[in-house]
Amino acid sequence: MTLANKHINRRSFLKVSALAGGGMVLSFSWLAGCKPTAKEELLALPKEWFELNSYIKIGENGTVTLFSANPEFGSNVITSMPMILAEELDVDWKKVMVEQADFFPVRFERQFTGGSQGIRQGWTPLRTAGATARQMLVNAAAQTWQVPAEEITTEAGTIIHKASNKKAGYGEMASLASTLGVPEEVKLKEIKDFKIIGNSKKNVEGLKIVMGKPLFAIDHKVEGMLYAAIVHPPGFGMKLKAFDGASVKSMPGVKDVFSIKVFNDDYERNFFDTATFDEMVAIVGNSTWEVLNAKKALKVDWEKAPESSFAVDARGNKITIKVPAGLENSADHKAKMTEYSQKPGNILRRDGDPEAAFKKAAKILERTYTAPFLAHNTMEPLNCFAHVTADQAVIYGPTQAPEFIMGTLSNRLGLPKEKIQINLARMGGGFGRRAYSHQMVEAALISQKVNAPIKMTYTREDDMTSGVYRPTYSATYRAALDENNNLTAFHVKAGGIPETPIAPNRFPAGAIDNYLAEGWEISSNITIGAFRAPRSNFIASAEQSFLDELAEEMGKDPIAFRLELLDRAKTNPVGEKNDYDAGRYAGVLELVREKSKWDSPEPNVHRGVSAYFCHNSYVAEVLDIEIQNSKPVVKNVIAAVDCGIVVNPDAAANMGEGAIVDGIGNAFFGDLPFKVGVPEKTNFDKYRMIRQMESPKSIEVHFVKNDIDPTGLGEPLFPPVFAALANSLYKATGRRYYDQPFAPQLEMQNLTM
Amino acid sequence: MATINLNVNGKKQTIDVDPNTPVLWVLRDHLNLTGTKYGCGIAQCGACTIHLGGIAVRSCQLPVSSVENQEITTIEGLSENGDHPVQQAWMEHDVPQCGYCQAGQIMTAVALLKNNPTPSDAEIETGMNGNICRCGTYLRIKEAVKTASKSL
Repeated sequence: MTLANKHINRRSFLKVSALAGGGMVLSFSWLAGCKPTAKEELLALPKEWFELNSYIKIGENGTVTLFSANPEFGSNVITSMPMILAEELDVDWKKVMVEQADFFPVRFERQFTGGSQGIRQGWTPLRTAGATARQMLVNAAAQTWQVPAEEITTEAGTIIHKASNKKAGYGEMASLASTLGVPEEVKLKEIKDFKIIGNSKKNVEGLKIVMGKPLFAIDHKVEGMLYAAIVHPPGFGMKLKAFDGASVKSMPGVKDVFSIKVFNDDYERNFFDTATFDEMVAIVGNSTWEVLNAKKALKVDWEKAPESSFAVDARGNKITIKVPAGLENSADHKAKMTEYSQKPGNILRRDGDPEAAFKKAAKILERTYTAPFLAHNTMEPLNCFAHVTADQAVIYGPTQAPEFIMGTLSNRLGLPKEKIQINLARMGGGFGRRAYSHQMVEAALISQKVNAPIKMTYTREDDMTSGVYRPTYSATYRAALDENNNLTAFHVKAGGIPETPIAPNRFPAGAIDNYLAEGWEISSNITIGAFRAPRSNFIASAEQSFLDELAEEMGKDPIAFRLELLDRAKTNPVGEKNDYDAGRYAGVLELVREKSKWDSPEPNVHRGVSAYFCHNSYVAEVLDIEIQNSKPVVKNVIAAVDCGIVVNPDAAANMGEGAIVDGIGNAFFGDLPFKVGVPEKTNFDKYRMIRQMESPKSIEVHFVKNDIDPTGLGEPLFPPVFAALANSLYKATGRRYYDQPFAPQLEMQNLTM
Repeated sequence: MATINLNVNGKKQTIDVDPNTPVLWVLRDHLNLTGTKYGCGIAQCGACTIHLGGIAVRSCQLPVSSVENQEITTIEGLSENGDHPVQQAWMEHDVPQCGYCQAGQIMTAVALLKNNPTPSDAEIETGMNGNICRCGTYLRIKEAVKTASKSL
């Protein structure tokens, strides 16, 4: 039996309810605007709702509404998080409606989507919220029936007292339950008793999505709303000099042209306050097309930006960020990275005496891996709706992190946080990009200036050239082998523009006596941000490609070699700071070996393996390639995943499949080069995205079954794919792939992509 | 500005708009049919796919003046209740992740199946290749097209 302290402060919730006075706006109703299909039964709306806590309200007819507090960007937390509530509440999933909650920090604990943390961090609070509400319903029945609460059981929304043969639906007890005190301690279910968790449920917004219902901020419209476009500098290291508003003000439908500034000059930014361009031009008009025409015609002058700096409070650590001047080029980036990879770096971890071991080595294997800047390219471009008046602001937009933009909005608009309402839209993709929500400030400033509700939309070109990219990286690996071909030392030196990708205490640290990890960084004015498994998405590709080549050099099977290293890390670890569980890591390699029939591959298939641990989860992947008509075709990808308990297995598999496709796409094609500060790709005609034809023909995602509390899933399947692909391409072509993207090199080998 | 006669989802209507306005923005801004999505504006991603006389076209580069009185179908016109076999197959396979591209994917799939009711895997791949899904739901899209093909 698990006991958990209550996490829901009912008093604060009631206070908020009273303050809101019924005015709290909930963006979506699951039923609104959707007629049921023949196959579906329409849930009857109750006459009255009774709120048991922030997440749960129950109608007198037994219908249950569960609030999904976290922003939804495609990982389907809008289904899986309510499933956790429903499990402990003990209700029939068919009687559940789910609503997306708006940003409401007094009511909800952690409204952030990113870092694969939603389910992990929500697990205990949501279970507790569900169990607490269930206990209140039980207590209400105990009071009504005058029987001890301990004798009462529940089953799928029904309260039962066996001894007296009494039964009641949750709806019948909801009114009384909502007035009772919150129990101090509640019992959580035994994992073996789960009925909803672990059983796949369809996306609760599936019907709305396939019907094209307005779920996204870009679809939002209110009476009197104007449309806005922005014009930002064309490149990094540039700023606005002057613009000729008069040149477009007389164009049809154009209402106003002005410049906006995202931050107040003395504002201390937070960790997620990355905005590439502080100042830009806004054009406001009657329709999107009219403002886009004016955008094309607007005469703007740009100038080189001088070196600048700003203050940042990076999670309590007060630092000053310097933004260098200059118009940067990819060719210079490459040259600089080569230079830095040959100089000593900052030592991040050192075990044993690696220098001596390298001196004594009979053979040294050294390889360098690189990857370019990447743009997120969410399908829904950056956009936001805002309605700012003299004393309040309503913001409705795609954001992964409303909490991190609230202070920025408050500071810039000069409004207290209580007067700013951020409503959460379903996001057309996130991948980290929308953890940085400067577009909310931009939209709010535009609305404030024109004194009307507005919707601002970035064009694809605006979006792709607005920065906050995945950095470019380089990693050099060295391995020392003695005369018997035994591994005696391991050295990684890796850096990037502007950050190092190294996690020095991850595997293979802990598995090798003599180990050295060094990092380096090169500053830049190109802005960067989180991108699906930041840093891991590159360092995994380099490390796992190197281990493959090293295993070959040592004459070992690549899975057996990794298992040997992990066995050492498990039985006799080197150092104390190793931040992975070697047993669980080995477990996914063993599972993928079994599921892929590693030892008996199909003929004509070239396979590569890769494994990685990040975001608290373990993943191993085997990728099979066949060359068909001079084209590498990914036939199958088999993934083994240990992320603890899986809440919604089919949705989890979907996300895993997506991460694998995403990784293959970026490994083959992903590349954002720069010339004199300007991104050389601005739309999908040049920035190649993986499409249906290059997608794997089959993907299998296998989960390790255990009772460990769930950990992350949105990111961990992404980093290992790159090396699994590179290692199988080596088998297929006889050539190692050190530099991403791979497609241009494959084309040089007369393979078509 | 010009007066344009449109026939969208079986409904005839007249709007006053710049005749060069792409159908995409007429649908989204003027007719409140926001299921058709803006993705790239240069007919590269397929998010804006609609049917013109039953044929899948990219609405982002299609001037509204060129479609006067022609039969336009958008995702909203595919079915009243979401019970078109392609929509049903999409739900059966729980295809969407973020969902943004899916209306375009569905409109392409419906047109594909109209021309070729029993496409092979290779034909589905070619037929659906113009629609980008950034979340990478391609395999489920393929499976959903196959399922829909059986029930059409």
